[in-house]
Amino acid sequence: MSVLLIAEHNNKELRPFTLNASTAASQIDNDVHAVIIGHNCDEAAKALSELPLVKKVIQVEAAHYENFVAENFAPVIVKLAENYSHVISSANTFGKNLMPRIAAALDTSQISDIIKVIAPDTFLRPIYAGNAFATVKSKDAKKCVTIRPTSFDPCESSGGSAPIEKADPGEEFVKTKFIKREEVKSDRPELGTARVVVSGGRGMQSGDNFKLITSLADKLNAAIGASRAAVDAGYISNDHQVGQTGKVVVPDLYIAVGISGAIQHLAGMKESKVIVAINKDGEAPIFSVADYGLEADLFEAVPQFLEELNKLNTIQK
Amino acid sequence: MKILVAVKRVIDYNVQIRVKEDNTGVVTDNVKMSTNPPDDNAIEEAVKIKEAGKATEVVAVSIGEEKAQETVRKALAVGADRGILVKTDGVIEPLAVSKLLQKIVEKEKPDLVFMGKQAIDDDCNQTGQMLSALLNWPQATFASKIEIKDSKLEVTREIDEGLETIEINVPAIVTCDLRLNEPRYASLPNIMKAKKKPIEQLNASDLGVDITPRIEQVKVEEPPKRKAGIKVTSVAELVQKLKNEAKVI
Repeated sequence: MSVLLIAEHNNKELRPFTLNASTAASQIDNDVHAVIIGHNCDEAAKALSELPLVKKVIQVEAAHYENFVAENFAPVIVKLAENYSHVISSANTFGKNLMPRIAAALDTSQISDIIKVIAPDTFLRPIYAGNAFATVKSKDAKKCVTIRPTSFDPCESSGGSAPIEKADPGEEFVKTKFIKREEVKSDRPELGTARVVVSGGRGMQSGDNFKLITSLADKLNAAIGASRAAVDAGYISNDHQVGQTGKVVVPDLYIAVGISGAIQHLAGMKESKVIVAINKDGEAPIFSVADYGLEADLFEAVPQFLEELNKLNTIQK
Repeated sequence: MKILVAVKRVIDYNVQIRVKEDNTGVVTDNVKMSTNPPDDNAIEEAVKIKEAGKATEVVAVSIGEEKAQETVRKALAVGADRGILVKTDGVIEPLAVSKLLQKIVEKEKPDLVFMGKQAIDDDCNQTGQMLSALLNWPQATFASKIEIKDSKLEVTREIDEGLETIEINVPAIVTCDLRLNEPRYASLPNIMKAKKKPIEQLNASDLGVDITPRIEQVKVEEPPKRKAGIKVTSVAELVQKLKNEAKVI
């Protein structure tokens, strides 16, 4: 049977992780159908129909779908799921919030946050914040799976022309009301998806010194991260925390400045493609995962780093 | 208002996880166990609400082996009034946990159920949402702020794009983010007092729920080891390597 992909969008455009989830869905079965639930979301539905991997789009429209409330979305998908072997979405806050509600209604044990499709019923997923990898096999007839977006490449976004079918909306769940959404408007990339992350640790010694991290991040168009120690010491707010109890990041380049490399921090960044560590303690555990280690006083090294970057003709964005 | 808080016993977040040699799981023998960190936030929030005079009772419930009693006891030491332990052996999946919690909710009739947004062992992030689906209650996941307004809750949620605020009717489920509050430490007198608070013990098998795992854990492995790279001697060398060798800047 076919795979049902839940599209994530803002009623105008698809959210980028829909492309990664499409790739994952197509690795389970070629026959990928995508459902888009929203309000005045024709444009996003059209974009969805243009993904070459998507064979059919199901569009469900109603005013109460405008803000993606899981209590409204879940019954629609549960009803559609009758015709599918798998229901797939991204394991970001959208999918994490929604999928278990669907799985429970289908009496299915969900498989969260997979990083690889081994077989249509068998998946690889990190546990203990990536400190172990589990191969798991679902025995349920219907499978609900969320995928880690950064582990699957985004699919092509044009060239397809899948038919768009309309399906009937469900009733509104009146006990939950959306009030507002405050999107963080920042020129800086988001920590979870940034190509480059610059993080500071307790070695920064003060919140004020974090401006060194900020300058380096500005130069590299990077997100700013921090170790738990730096957050606990009050140098920076906890939404910057990288680690087992914070965010797990997998950028192309991770620069750890004044971070010793506690287990709980390593769990959040050691899958990064290239890791740089700058620390004056040559024995710090961070060096055991760093591709490039620089044993130096960060207060000298970071300004030099900025100078060297200034000498470059181009810096990748 | 009565608040039920679900707490899970997990390997302490500071412990280096070791995979068993036979690849059947991770080593838990002689390993320090603690309360799942965001569950501490859930307890803290419930106790704060009670201290503010907006809740009458806080009940802590854990599902797991006998030793999970320590986790319930810790919740009592930071201010929960009484505890419930549902004893199970072996692996228990979030779907089964949510079905057991549904039975406890039917019995206890709480107005709110709080728990952490995710357990740091299996990293599933499912139980709260599943429980709210089974009960057909509203859900507020990843909560970083909770305001009680009569029989409604205004909850600020941490989402990828920033913050979202929703209003939900009671009864409801809230899963708590680390940013919700600063969990307190239990004082010695409160730890002593907690020893006298009651913990009701139940067996999962008595609750009439099928908790047989639906997912076969084929194997558990070490993640691919990252080999240490090189030490550079100067910032100039570092930048040159990043530009020309790693090609990331």
